[in-house]
Formats: sequence, structure tokens, C-alpha cells
Amino acid sequence: MDRRASTSSALTVSTMASPLPTRRPTHKDEAWRYADLNALEALWPLPAPEAIMVPAGGGLKRAIVPEGGVTQIELTLGKGAQASLHVLNSAGDYGRVELDVKLHEAADFTLDAVQLASESQSMEIVTTVRHLEPGATSRQTIRNIASAKGSVTYLGQVAVAEGAQKTDSEQDVKSMLLDRTATANAKPELEIFADDVQCAHGATVGELDAGALFYLASRGLPPARAKQLMLQAFVAGVFDEAEEAEKLAEAALSKLGEMV
Amino acid sequence: MLQINNLHTTVADKPILKGLSLAINAGEVHAIMGPNGAGKSTLAYALGGRDGYDVTEGSAAFTPPRHSREGGSPEEGTELDSRLRGNDEEIDLLQLDPHERAAAGLFLGFQYPVEIPGVSNIQFLREAANAQREARGEEALSGGEFLKLAREKAGLLKMDMEMLKRPVNVGFSGGEKKRNEMVQMGILDPRLAILDETDSGLDIDALRVVGDGINKIMRAPDKAVLLITHYQRLLEYVQPDYVHILADGRIVRTGGPELAKQLEAEGYDAIMEAA
Repeated sequence: MDRRASTSSALTVSTMASPLPTRRPTHKDEAWRYADLNALEALWPLPAPEAIMVPAGGGLKRAIVPEGGVTQIELTLGKGAQASLHVLNSAGDYGRVELDVKLHEAADFTLDAVQLASESQSMEIVTTVRHLEPGATSRQTIRNIASAKGSVTYLGQVAVAEGAQKTDSEQDVKSMLLDRTATANAKPELEIFADDVQCAHGATVGELDAGALFYLASRGLPPARAKQLMLQAFVAGVFDEAEEAEKLAEAALSKLGEMV
Repeated sequence: MLQINNLHTTVADKPILKGLSLAINAGEVHAIMGPNGAGKSTLAYALGGRDGYDVTEGSAAFTPPRHSREGGSPEEGTELDSRLRGNDEEIDLLQLDPHERAAAGLFLGFQYPVEIPGVSNIQFLREAANAQREARGEEALSGGEFLKLAREKAGLLKMDMEMLKRPVNVGFSGGEKKRNEMVQMGILDPRLAILDETDSGLDIDALRVVGDGINKIMRAPDKAVLLITHYQRLLEYVQPDYVHILADGRIVRTGGPELAKQLEAEGYDAIMEAA
């Protein structure tokens, strides 16, 4: 399966409910549609989201590696500010990373994320990126892998406000399923009220290529190692720009080793 | 080295190989030629153990000769600890998984080598070489030892070391991919190489380099080659001892190098009518 769409003109898609309801959410709330509500019950009520403000011209780089549970961040980027977040979401029975990002003029936001779900783990990333003023850019790169009864979800809304011309945004979501019992949900969404913008979004769901696996095996690699190498390639590069990039990549690799 | 008896193979329940028999001895180079759809690639995949190529009847016995560096011989009672290591013991090839067949000394050269983005050639090959060595109960190669080996084999095939650092086959031309296959063969040092249309996609210079590479890597008393090809041109560089014609899933004719020349001159139809 391969679906790719790109939009470069005015377009309105369905609106997502606010990701931060004050009442306990249900699966009818779009942003919580795939959430593990049983796990959530033990975590409720959630503490207030962490609010981060990057002032005009400022910069932020952060790695987010939750031990499970719900991580909520409200991030505001002032004029010309930059933020780069790296997320490895792979621990606990239920791990949810929620980002609500507001971009002012010419701000630049990057999210590079890997989600890994094995056994009956449920991992999700839910983002709302609001381009409030002209000339801001946002890039989201998400790589998901699920095995056994694991489930990985990405719900991402990019909202371009009226007058936010020259917005440049991209959502690139790729998911890999290692077993027929695993689940991937991907929903990149656009809501655009300006007419001079570049908004690209793509989502693919696939499985490991049997031909490539046979090629690796024919050179002597045992099946588990061949799979691990292919998955390593699948997530390669996502953490290259992160602080402590090697540590993040190693953590991801060690988890991958357990999944194959 | 390899004894194939009455091999029947189906692909998606369709019979492709219909009783193929072939014996290859150590030190020999065999060529299999045949028209499209005769079952040439199916033979390579069935021997390599690819899923979906189901052997329904027949056998393939592989007896990899002991590597010269191992010393001793089975008769002297110096038996090695791994059955994949060449104890002059017959191995039922069809019972092994693909990676075990590789460890036992089988190399499959692909007609269409697969691109693997994100994995460097050199990392992949070092892992593959060491996985094979581990399966045979041998010590792993150190980084330095491996690099030396890789440099030597890349030089043999006139391939830039920079290409070995790039992701496996990504962005390689057809000829570069085939050359890369031969470098891999040099590094992995198999006993038996089955090369599926290694000559396709090669220009005349690359053909000479690849032909030389096959001779240097595989022309040895304890090694053998099965060349699968459409055309006679590779055989100008790699002289076969035997030429077989495969048609409709069976070997219909066997001869010496002259058979390939006759085929080139007269075409498959004429030869097959005569057979």
C-alpha cells in the first residue's frame, strides 16, 4: 500500500477535535480514537501540559524519550525561532506524545520521531501544528514499526491560519508491520485558510520486502539479523541531527533487536 | 560438489522444473543456456532456497570440498566440528535454510541485485562474512582483516572502495550492481557459485572485468561455477567445461564449449529440434 498526496493550493479537510479535552476522553474524540483508554484511566487526571516558549530568534533542541504514559507539550515559537524535537516512543504499555505547536512568522519546527511497539504495546504521536503567521516551516518525519499485537498511531494536523502565506509544511509518515496481528494508524491532516502555501503529506504502510530479505539471507545472514538490518535501514537517519544522536539510535536498535 | 537428481519445482503451483538432473564436480565450470521461460532463474532460486520456489520431487546433494586453508582431510580423521565446513560429507541442500546454504559454501549471483537503502555495502558484507564464519565454527574477522580482504577483492573487480561504503546497490548502474555481486563473491569465498545472468546489463569492458573476476575467484580445484546465461558472450571470457541446454524444465542437451557456439549460430529452435 502506498498513498501519497501533496497539496499546494487552498484546501480544507475535516477539523480535528482539540487534543486536550478537560473531560476524560473517549474513542469518539478524534485525537483519542486509537488511545489505550484502560491505560489512560490509571493516568487520569493528567497533569497540566508542559508549556515551552521559544522567543523570537531563539532555538530549542530536545530529545524526548518517554518511559510510557502521556507526555503533553505546548510549544510556541516566536518570530524566526527554531525548534527541533527528536522522539523515541517505545517504552511502557501505552506511550503517547502530544504536541501542540504554534508558529509565528518565519518560525521553523522540526519533529523527527521513531515509534516502536511490540507485544501488546500501544504507541502514539498526536500533533497539532498551527501556522499562525506567514513564512513559517514545519517538517515532521515519523517512522513507525509494530510487531505482534503492537499498535502505532500518528495523528497529525497542520492548520494554516488565514494570512499565513508562504507556509511550508511537510508530514512524512511511514509505518512497517512485522506481523499480520500488528496495527498502524496514520492520519496526516491539513486545514488551510491561505492560498499561497506548500503543504505536503504522505503516509505509507508496508511490510519487509521478501526479495530483499532473501538477498540478505543468500549472503549468509540469519533471518532475524536480516530483518533487523532492514529495520535499521528503515529508521536510519531519523536521529542524525539529534543531541546524543548515537545514544538515541542505539536505544532504538536494541529495541528493534527484541522485535524481530 | 553438486548432484541434482530429477528436480521438480513449482512456482505458484505451476510446474517449472520437470525432472532436471545435473552433476557438477569440483574444478568445473558449467554453463546452462536456454530460452526465456525454460526455468533458468527458477533453478537458481530453488537451489538458493527462496520462498515460493517449491521443490516437489527430486534431490540436490551438496558436498563442499574442504577449504585449502583448513588443512588435513577427512580420511586422516581430522574432522571439523561443523557439518557446513567441508568434511567431504554430503549435505542435503534442500533441507537447509538460505543462510545455511550460504555458510556451507553456496553463492547465488542475482540477475537483479536488490537495493537496500540505509545499509552500507561494507557493513552488510562484514556481517554476512562473519555470520557465515560463525555458522561454520570459525573465528570472526576483525575490522582490519575484513577491510584488507574487501580492498583486495574490490581491486580485483576494479571497483572503487568508495562504492563499498555506499548503501547496498542504491544508485548503482546495472553494470555496477553486477560488479558488486562479484566483489561480494570474492569476499564471501564460496565453494560453488551459481551466477544468474551475471552478464546481462554489462558493456564489453565490464564484461571482461567480470569474466576475469570469475576466473580469478572461482577457477580453482576445490571450487565450481554454474553460469546461467542467455548469450554466449560471457563464455568467451569464462571458458565452460560443459554447456547444457535447458528447455521446458529439463536439460535437453549437454556438450562442450562448442555447443554454445553452435547455439549462437543456429538458435535454440534448430538445436532443440535436433535434440
